[in-house]
Amino acid sequence: MGEHQGGEPAALGKKAVPTGKHMLQRRLWRFAMLAFLPTLAIFAWVRIYPITETLRLSLHKWDILSKNKPFIGLDNFRELFHDRLFLDALVNTSIIAFGVLAVTIPLAMAIAALIHHRTASRFSGFYETAVFIPHVVSLVPAAMAWKWIFDAKLGPLNALLQYFGVPAQAWLFDPVLSVICIIVLCSWQALGYAVLIYLVGFKNLPVSLFEAAKLDGAGGIQRFWYVSVPLLKPITLYVSVVTLISGFNVYAQAFVLASDSQGAPGRLVRVLVLDMLENSFRNYRVGYAASEAVVLLAIVLVLTLIQFGLLREKGRA
Amino acid sequence: MTAVDATGQVSVSAEERIPARERLTNLAIDVFLFAFSLLMILPLVFLVSNAFKTPQELLAWPPTIIPAEPTVENFRAVLADTPLARWIFNSLAFAVLSTLSIVATSAISGYVLAKFRFRTLSVIFVIILATAIVPFEVYMIPLYFQAQALGILNSTWGLLLGYLVMSFGIFLIRQNVLHSIPDELLEAARIDGAGELWIFWSIVLPLLRGALGALAVLAFFQAWTAFAWPMIVTTTRESYTIEVGLALFQTGFTVDLGRLSAASATVLIPSITLFVILRRNFVQSVAATGLKE
Repeated sequence: MGEHQGGEPAALGKKAVPTGKHMLQRRLWRFAMLAFLPTLAIFAWVRIYPITETLRLSLHKWDILSKNKPFIGLDNFRELFHDRLFLDALVNTSIIAFGVLAVTIPLAMAIAALIHHRTASRFSGFYETAVFIPHVVSLVPAAMAWKWIFDAKLGPLNALLQYFGVPAQAWLFDPVLSVICIIVLCSWQALGYAVLIYLVGFKNLPVSLFEAAKLDGAGGIQRFWYVSVPLLKPITLYVSVVTLISGFNVYAQAFVLASDSQGAPGRLVRVLVLDMLENSFRNYRVGYAASEAVVLLAIVLVLTLIQFGLLREKGRA
Repeated sequence: MTAVDATGQVSVSAEERIPARERLTNLAIDVFLFAFSLLMILPLVFLVSNAFKTPQELLAWPPTIIPAEPTVENFRAVLADTPLARWIFNSLAFAVLSTLSIVATSAISGYVLAKFRFRTLSVIFVIILATAIVPFEVYMIPLYFQAQALGILNSTWGLLLGYLVMSFGIFLIRQNVLHSIPDELLEAARIDGAGELWIFWSIVLPLLRGALGALAVLAFFQAWTAFAWPMIVTTTRESYTIEVGLALFQTGFTVDLGRLSAASATVLIPSITLFVILRRNFVQSVAATGLKE
């Protein structure tokens, strides 16, 4: 196949070479465009178009049922910020995202430092794999494992607490406790990725600096705190933003863990994506749901800009 | 490799100076990391073990890790209750097709964006990069209506629509081409009269094998674990992916823990096995995500 395809253009090539650079440029241009076109078409169709549609719909009163879909400017957004359910979702989602961040970053940095310190150990492969597995396993089965752990009657967590004389808690039926449960589940999943990125960071740190610090009499913990932590700042920034963004997109974890007492999934801890999907597919208010999507996009953009801003600031200093 | 050597040497010289203390610290660190690693996988271990337990044993405290009387009753019940095999097949078909599409589109466009310096292409590359930060959840509702208009809801094609391309994949391959394929190699081939398609197929692709493998693993797991998109695209029991099927199955009232665990374990065991086999590829590609500027 390959050789056959090579035959014809090769003849063309021989003609092109003597006629000079111009012909070659044109040939390259033609190939680049033809080769790129299918991807570009798909990309425009399944990325660019729906993204611009989201922006457009957010400015329209676009309900599935009504015939008229008038342009209403920023009315959707104005309504959003008086919508109890949306505000509830925004608060919950923010708490989850920042909660996961607060748990994941310090823990990941410490675990990565220890694994890096023990790179020579026979078990370092095991450590890496074990920490990373929760990040790759399917969300729903993994969430199921935690649902059992947190289960009020059957779960080992309550049994363990009672063993220590702490009364059993209805983990998944209490609005505050279930947010904590979701944070635990999300952190458990996010940790592996953060550790992996930190490990790459640790491997790229200059060994000479640590040697120097060691000669100056700095202990292991001091070297970690005064050498590694400042040097790893760009990585911390990157991992923080990634963790926050995926935290704001939380959905499956809340869907599985936070079923309310009537068994309706995800109602107990309302998150942004759930609220958006309900507005779109239950209430048929697509334009309104699109404005929620735009809010989500704005949050992600702000976080990314902060990351770039801080990185650039550091570059100047 | 050199990093291992370097740290190896450091610890050797350290052990000469203060052997006992250093060794004790290392031992303590190993014990801690070992315990922490076990703790991380413990929920999954329990899940698998619960799948083989009888209802009585599920209630036992402390929970047993190896079931006293292992039973496959839970698996039998779950296979009778749900089209589990069908869901797994749906997920598999979706993940494989998505991987093929992402690898193909990323390979060709990553190469073109890296090696063909035309202004139009640079502009397009910036657009692709810019859309990479837009989360899927932001544009999935309009995408749903596109799938609806095409009449491909509740089908593998509908699922696939959201996962045909990956901005990060294009970026990853572009970086790889820039770093690993010198211009001279391509120019030499052109002077020898090779056609562009032949150059891509016979020179570029073989050199990208490692990066494409890593991308394939990433793409496969991305589709395999997708949740929100399959959740809105599939509404019939027959068309669910395994994630959606399980998530909706667990909201039912009559479902007991043993069966849920059995269904989950059926999904987890193959994917963990696959991960352990492909670990190197996976770690490489995920680590690469952190290296983007």
